Amino acid sequence: MTSATNSSIDGQQCPRHEDLVEDRLVLWYFVAALTFMTISMLAGILMGLQLLRHNPLPAIEVLSPGRWRMVHTNAIAYGFLANAFLGIMHWVIPRLTLRPVLSNPLSYLIFFAWQAVVLATAVGILFGQAQGVEWGETPVWIDPFALLGLLLVAINFGAPIINAPGPLYVTLWYYLAALVWTFLTYAMGNLLPEYFVCGSSAGAVGGLFIHDLVGLFVTPLGWGMMYYFVPILLKRPMWSHGLSLVGFWGLAFFYPLQGIHHFLYTPIPMFLQYGAVLSTIALEFVVLTVIVNFVGTLYGTGDLVLRNLPLRYFYTGILFYFLTCLQCALQVTLTFQALIHFTDWVVGHAHMVMFGVFSLWQLGVMTYLVPRILKTEWYNPKWCEWHYWASSGGLLVMASDLILGGLFQGWSWAALQPWDASIHLSIPFWSVRLVAGLVMFAAQILFVVNFYLTWRKSTRSFSVTVPATGAAPAFGQ
Amino acid sequence: MFERKSGILLIAGLGFFAFAFLSNAVVPMLMYRHLPEKTAEQLVNGNLRYQFEDLAQRFPQAFEKVYGVPPADPEQAAKWYDEHLAKALRLGRTVYTAEGCWHCHSQFVRPVSNEDRRWGPVAKSWEYQNELQRPVMFGTRRVGPDLSREGGRRSNDWHAVHFFDPETLSKDSPMPRYPWLFEGRPDKPNDRGLALLTYVQWLGSWHETYPYYEDYVVTPIKTAPAAEVAAE
Repeated sequence: MTSATNSSIDGQQCPRHEDLVEDRLVLWYFVAALTFMTISMLAGILMGLQLLRHNPLPAIEVLSPGRWRMVHTNAIAYGFLANAFLGIMHWVIPRLTLRPVLSNPLSYLIFFAWQAVVLATAVGILFGQAQGVEWGETPVWIDPFALLGLLLVAINFGAPIINAPGPLYVTLWYYLAALVWTFLTYAMGNLLPEYFVCGSSAGAVGGLFIHDLVGLFVTPLGWGMMYYFVPILLKRPMWSHGLSLVGFWGLAFFYPLQGIHHFLYTPIPMFLQYGAVLSTIALEFVVLTVIVNFVGTLYGTGDLVLRNLPLRYFYTGILFYFLTCLQCALQVTLTFQALIHFTDWVVGHAHMVMFGVFSLWQLGVMTYLVPRILKTEWYNPKWCEWHYWASSGGLLVMASDLILGGLFQGWSWAALQPWDASIHLSIPFWSVRLVAGLVMFAAQILFVVNFYLTWRKSTRSFSVTVPATGAAPAFGQ
Repeated sequence: MFERKSGILLIAGLGFFAFAFLSNAVVPMLMYRHLPEKTAEQLVNGNLRYQFEDLAQRFPQAFEKVYGVPPADPEQAAKWYDEHLAKALRLGRTVYTAEGCWHCHSQFVRPVSNEDRRWGPVAKSWEYQNELQRPVMFGTRRVGPDLSREGGRRSNDWHAVHFFDPETLSKDSPMPRYPWLFEGRPDKPNDRGLALLTYVQWLGSWHETYPYYEDYVVTPIKTAPAAEVAAE
């Protein structure tokens, strides 16, 4: 893989970067992603304030915290994560396959169509059209458009991968599989429980959907990205190709089997619940091989993580990934579930996965790519450091706070205390969570401002030119 | 095979997904195929009818404005109530989903953590085989209490005031206010307000132990409900 990338730099027989990657579109995706990140975080802050009974805008229908809570999750999943992934795929796939995407106009069409889908989802939810599927509250009339969009994405990115001579590099295994899985997952979760089945069976499908959305859409796109960027930044191949194989095939087999662990102790048949628990624990061993592989790749050059900001983002995310998966192996057991299900423990876990792992990775890639695309250094590299520390530090505080708070809530309920007791004991935890969230929000705003000023700087002076793919000054080595 | 496009596409992409779907989704569908999905009309029961007629008496102006006046003939009136009740249930379920109620209130009682002592009978599959549970409203977070045994526990008056301004009745409740379900006053619920009141009173109304009041002594609720026996 690294040799392929290098040969594209040498540029004799291989196509030039400019012919492969539509740089502008990558940037546009990043702008869209950060816009939805801002919206999502504002929604989170609103809900956080409501829980503390300090909602500044109460009793307004379109500003109802219940509706904005759904905007919070949907904007992160489909607005931030999906947009950032699409932008990064526009960079990675052509450079790995040495082939441009199927059609450039189609790429732009997808870009605008996807923004329309996400915006319509948010507006639909705010005007009371939410669908009763967690993480899939997209109003039902938007579902066909979203599916069409995902199909076009799969075709546009699938063409260069399919046309590339095999065998494929690790990143492309994850990407190719994710293109299929994302479409199937979205179709299954949004159509089946709405039109075909009800009750416990719908619950089983809903569980599969919640889990596959993380496991078969976000996770493979995230790991594919890591298998691409980490070896490039470290200038060395992955430690073990065998472990890469174990990681991919283990994920592919075990991840789809676990959905029902979101609904343990429901009327869903108990043997299916046991199956979901066992496959979840099995997956943690697979995860361990992936972590070992990435730590092995880093071995001997660990100081780079301290000095190189994008790498630090990546390995911080990998550390959080290890923590969430370890936590997952414990919390999925029925013993833990009895206590922590329905509490803020789960909310803390979700934030650690979605923000601590995947958002940090994407922010790291943005930190790495933006100066290369704009061909200028960051307006203020110090702000990038602040962005890192406030994002990861804020997340660490938020996740540990919610996980701890969840234990107290669970104990309060099990002890049959009046319901109010669990609310009262949550107030300190919710307060800390709000502060942590505000710090994380401030960090993203700083990043957005930095991004804007960098872009403005790049359009004003072309005196500083950096080769798009070479050792760029900002956060290269 | 493991690094080839065909292997990744067909085995990992389609094969493993299909295997998981068959084992985790199709299996419960087949297991519950003997439990037919009830329509909203079939969900109307005596407990619920009582609550719906109670709405008509407590909020006569609001009720008349939304549903009109029932026929004078008692038999036709009964039919009239049932029809409007089914419609109210459907709209109530839509409001419940749209407002995100299900993100802070669950709808199933687990056999652990003393939940059957707090709320009543543990959830069974037959309770969810109806169109109001499509998609199912199990929920994954409890900021507020579980609602699957809420019907009949509190009066319509209580719920109306609570939706209008929760803190009036539940001190320090973090629940938001929902004034848009009313026309300015808690005794004037609009169509969505009446529908949500009906929906909340429906939850658990199918149980023999209805209404299950919150108490901390062991209650004799262990006998299987007739409906479950019939279903199995």
